[in-house]
Amino acid sequence: MGRLNVSLCGIDIVNPVIPASGTFGYGYEYAELYDINELGTFSFKGTTAQARFGNDTPRIAECYMGMLNAVGLQNSGVDAVISHELPMLKKCFNKPVMANVSGFSIEDYVYTCQRLDGEAQVGWVELNVSCPNVHGGGMSFGVCAESAAEVTRAVKAVTTKPVIVKLSPNVTDIVSIARACEEAGADGISLINTLLGMRIDLNTKKPAIANVMGGFSGPAVFPVALRMVYQVAMAVEIPVIGMGGISSAEDVIEMMLAGATAVEIGTANLINPFACRDIIRELPSVMDKYGINTLSEIIGGVKVG
Amino acid sequence: MMKQGIFEIVENTRIARAVYEMKLVGDTSAITAPGQFVNILIDGLFLRRPISVCSWNSEGMTLVYKVVGRGTEVLSGMTAGELDILSGLGNGYNTELCGDSPLLIGGGVGVPPLYGLAVRLAESMTAGELDILSGLGNGYNTELCGDSPLLIGGGVGVPPLYGLAVRLAEKLVKCSVILGFNTAEDVFYEDRFKALGCNVTVTTVDGSHGTKGFVTDAMPDVYTYFYTCGPLPMLRAVCGLAKTSGEVSFEERMGCGFGMCMGCPRKTTDGYKRICKEGPVLKKEEILWEG
Repeated sequence: MGRLNVSLCGIDIVNPVIPASGTFGYGYEYAELYDINELGTFSFKGTTAQARFGNDTPRIAECYMGMLNAVGLQNSGVDAVISHELPMLKKCFNKPVMANVSGFSIEDYVYTCQRLDGEAQVGWVELNVSCPNVHGGGMSFGVCAESAAEVTRAVKAVTTKPVIVKLSPNVTDIVSIARACEEAGADGISLINTLLGMRIDLNTKKPAIANVMGGFSGPAVFPVALRMVYQVAMAVEIPVIGMGGISSAEDVIEMMLAGATAVEIGTANLINPFACRDIIRELPSVMDKYGINTLSEIIGGVKVG
Repeated sequence: MMKQGIFEIVENTRIARAVYEMKLVGDTSAITAPGQFVNILIDGLFLRRPISVCSWNSEGMTLVYKVVGRGTEVLSGMTAGELDILSGLGNGYNTELCGDSPLLIGGGVGVPPLYGLAVRLAESMTAGELDILSGLGNGYNTELCGDSPLLIGGGVGVPPLYGLAVRLAEKLVKCSVILGFNTAEDVFYEDRFKALGCNVTVTTVDGSHGTKGFVTDAMPDVYTYFYTCGPLPMLRAVCGLAKTSGEVSFEERMGCGFGMCMGCPRKTTDGYKRICKEGPVLKKEEILWEG
């Protein structure tokens, strides 16, 4: 076991730094830049049952220490992912990948997860429950404990892979939702998805992004994410993946002290395509600086009170 | 394939109203085609800013950009040289050994020389260098131009066409160039294109320089191919009038600039294309003009 190894839902990974969904494509695109086998795993682009073009542009806006995005789950659909993207990935990545799945109905999630269950390289399924439920009045599955649990149960029934539920922070009580997912059979929780935000262009007086509102991410959200990871990790037994604004090896350690078994890094990849590789390489010296021998020993190690 | 690197600003001068020409020295080996762009990390701002490459050689490149928002405003203020007040007498402080967080301790009239040092350090650490992703995007194809291509640029759409004209001039291709601006004080690079031997027509909307009207008012009847870059309504009008096949460079807000955030796609006849990855240059035939 190396100093950086952690076990995530029964699968050992060589380090806990996981590129987050929507910032790392299907992996092979980054393999042109560096050997992505330096990663333990990564979460691939949010995949849906059908192909989606996503929202109108502009989809991106600058914020203080962060960005807004409203991409709208653009992807080529699960069948194309299986026939095209995963074979491309297999050529350059020899480890299990985390399959990020979105849907607009329970049936969507079930179909996509069933299709992906036959893929040997898929190690985990990460359920994005932040998308609107078209049969539930457009409310996101992730905003209430009952619907989050319902998706979890339905997917658990059709997959053999560990199921990690990725929670939205745009809720009143994230702990109750995390607990409901755990009771419904989730094998892990990842959080936080982006915070709902908005900006207005002063020249045009229009919203800065075509979708009006979008997800806020980047270093500015780190304290909010850390707080929610801490609260959820205290409340559940299953592993928690912490994410939200992580951009340094120090941030990784802080998130793990708050209770994260592993971390995901998203927005930082868009600014520096080598961010995850660089952070993995920095971790040992930063661990030395803070007297940390192995990462697995610090999970949830924050000293409170 | 794109590269990340630090570029030194050697010049950053205003060449027209709100338009600046920035000369940078650094590794340009990732740039392979005119019409590609670079993505610049700007101190104090979060997202990189995509700027088209005007021209380049093995030592460096020239960017020409217009101040349209905070990013380009900060960029326009980064003038290396204007704070160069330390050069002068005697043997000064060594700025090479300072690391990334040096301590300057001054007392009384010992303070003034440290101000000069601080200026120099600030310049060497931030003002004079840029972290740039280069070699981004798919540029113009110089193989398809025929023997008399037409280059049509509008406003800050002109710079990438200059790099294209340089490459075409190297291939001894005779280009016709139409440069469109709003008014005389916006005009730039007319002489540069002429120096390449191009047949240049300048149009201004108010007629204060060159031909009065839009670039479309100056399009000739005969040419073998066209290349264009400029504001969206101009691109659409040019494509509507064009008698030949051609290539169009688009602009869009970008999160990453290298194909990963899905922030900048455009629908085409051949599915969606990311402006940063499959674009910014698209073929006329594949463009869908909506609305």
